[in-house]
Amino acid sequence: MPLAFTAEAQQKIVAIRARYPNAQAACLPVLHLAQDEFGHISDEAIDVVAAALGLTAAHVWGVVTFYTMYHRHPTGKHILMMCTNVSCMLRGGYDVLHALEKKLGCKAGENSADGEFTLVEEECLAACADAPCLIAGEKYFLKLTPETAIQALEEIKKMPPDHKSHPAGSSGGGH
Amino acid sequence: MAVTLENMPKLVMRFVGVEGANRIDEATRRGVYGTLKKALSMAPLAIVDEVKKSNLRGRGGAGFPTGMKWGFIPKDAKTTYLVINADESEPGTCKDRELLYWDPHTLIEGVLISSYALGCTHAYIYIRGEMIREHRVVQRAVDEAYAQGHLGKLHDTAGRGPWKLDLTVHRGAGAYICGEETSLLNSLEGKRGWPRLKPPFPAVKGLFGQPTIVNNVETIANIPHIIDKGGPWFADLGTPKSGGTRILCMSGHLNKPGVFELPMGIPLRDVIEKVCGGVPGGKKVKAVIPGGSSMPPLDASELDIPMEFDALMTDERIKPVEVRPGIKFDMGGGKALRTMAGSGGVIVMDEDTDLVAVTARIMRFYAHESCGQCTPCREGTGWLARITTRMAKGEGRPGDVDLCASIAHGIAGNTICPLGEAAAWPMLGFLTKFRPEFEAKIRRDLSPEKRAASTQPPLVQIRGTGYMGTALPRGRT
Repeated sequence: MPLAFTAEAQQKIVAIRARYPNAQAACLPVLHLAQDEFGHISDEAIDVVAAALGLTAAHVWGVVTFYTMYHRHPTGKHILMMCTNVSCMLRGGYDVLHALEKKLGCKAGENSADGEFTLVEEECLAACADAPCLIAGEKYFLKLTPETAIQALEEIKKMPPDHKSHPAGSSGGGH
Repeated sequence: MAVTLENMPKLVMRFVGVEGANRIDEATRRGVYGTLKKALSMAPLAIVDEVKKSNLRGRGGAGFPTGMKWGFIPKDAKTTYLVINADESEPGTCKDRELLYWDPHTLIEGVLISSYALGCTHAYIYIRGEMIREHRVVQRAVDEAYAQGHLGKLHDTAGRGPWKLDLTVHRGAGAYICGEETSLLNSLEGKRGWPRLKPPFPAVKGLFGQPTIVNNVETIANIPHIIDKGGPWFADLGTPKSGGTRILCMSGHLNKPGVFELPMGIPLRDVIEKVCGGVPGGKKVKAVIPGGSSMPPLDASELDIPMEFDALMTDERIKPVEVRPGIKFDMGGGKALRTMAGSGGVIVMDEDTDLVAVTARIMRFYAHESCGQCTPCREGTGWLARITTRMAKGEGRPGDVDLCASIAHGIAGNTICPLGEAAAWPMLGFLTKFRPEFEAKIRRDLSPEKRAASTQPPLVQIRGTGYMGTALPRGRT
């Protein structure tokens, strides 16, 4: 079945569009919506967004690839944003990242084999005073050690998936 | 008379840690939206005057006087926009996130007052994409303010007749560069976050081609206090040229790191020792980044400097940044570069810190975040990332230190936006103050074990291509 926005999502697009003087300005919020609906921004999703806003696919593609949070490939159910920038690095951020890589059996930028997680090495997440920091969904995990980070995985598994639609058991592909 | 640690009133951080104050009923009970009525009974120009008198300076990084910036809007402008920069992402900076989460209503009141002063009828809050929780909280606060009639309904005003404001929260999608104001405007217009050439400045031609003011969250959160108690009162809290208080984000090697609202111009040493309980293990401070990772560092002999915009730029106790030993970096007209207060992100590093590894991490960040528009920055930041990384791994080559200085000098001043400087300044700053450490790293750290244990190779995404990897594409070596 070809990719399409649900009627509910289409109503949301109308509401988003009304907040801006032109359709192009709705590009980022509608891409966020598309990612929530479709799980990731595939080539087909780019076409759907472009058509919804009357933009060229080339423009939307350029936008999608410029920003790091639009995932071009299927992600795990939960995206782990692990900061390793200076403040986190000074307090063991890399130790935490490497412990997560070992536990999940994947490198930063990849999905875990069970499709539960996508591990992303992030730039500064603005939680420097409580470094090292990881964000999953809406939740901040602060002052992490390798041990507390591994424990956090169990809690994160119980949280709702980051995107409405997620490919169960998919693996590989990165983000 | 400037306030001290003991008698300082809490302004922008008054509700940080107060559960429930981010909901409109509790916020209103605590006095938020109480200044709006007073503001709307004033002439718009009187508000701008009050802000000028307050000596409020932009809290996002550049420290530009807010009232003066507002004054740049052309008098005959029909449509103007106010955009709040909530794209906090300068490494070491973590203050706006606290304000957005704990006190969104004071921000909205500030947006209302400022928009009225500027003649804006639709304002935008550009919030960083990664701030998922804060986005929800701010959007909820905006919805509450609409429901209460602060937003979206006509107010009777003294200067603009019936006037109403719409406010839209616009979520970014992961790009440090969008904190730069013209890049932010492009991102808000649904484009790649590519900075624009200035002039024209946003105050003349900004969002959707109209006169636009872009202000930081902390800046606008101060506005209700200024209108409530008066510009002179606010100016009196600070130093002669910087009004109010200042949030410092204290991170790194500290016993009590945290986000603190502090007297403007408090000496750095007092913040480290009195506020943050000193360095763990009683170690000595080796280096401090005073205003986010794009600012040149201070060394242990420079800790008595007041943490204030002008002092950090001009205090002669701070050694000027050099291009090479003995040759000062020229900011233009022979002006020396010392450092800057930036975004208030203070990163403290103890005596055991490997500053080459820290520099490599900083360079990798700017290489990752370069938008790719200008050649000196796109290529230069990548080169700096790779050369500093190999130095950190103990694989540095003779001449690498001078090569880094030369590349950094070639970037600075030759790009559309300040991201070029943001990479070049710390590179030159670390070399100026800690050159022997870099040179020692090249000569000594050559054992295979040390190489293996050192930092990761840079993972670089080339913007606009979706490419991400540990090696750079397009035949670059």
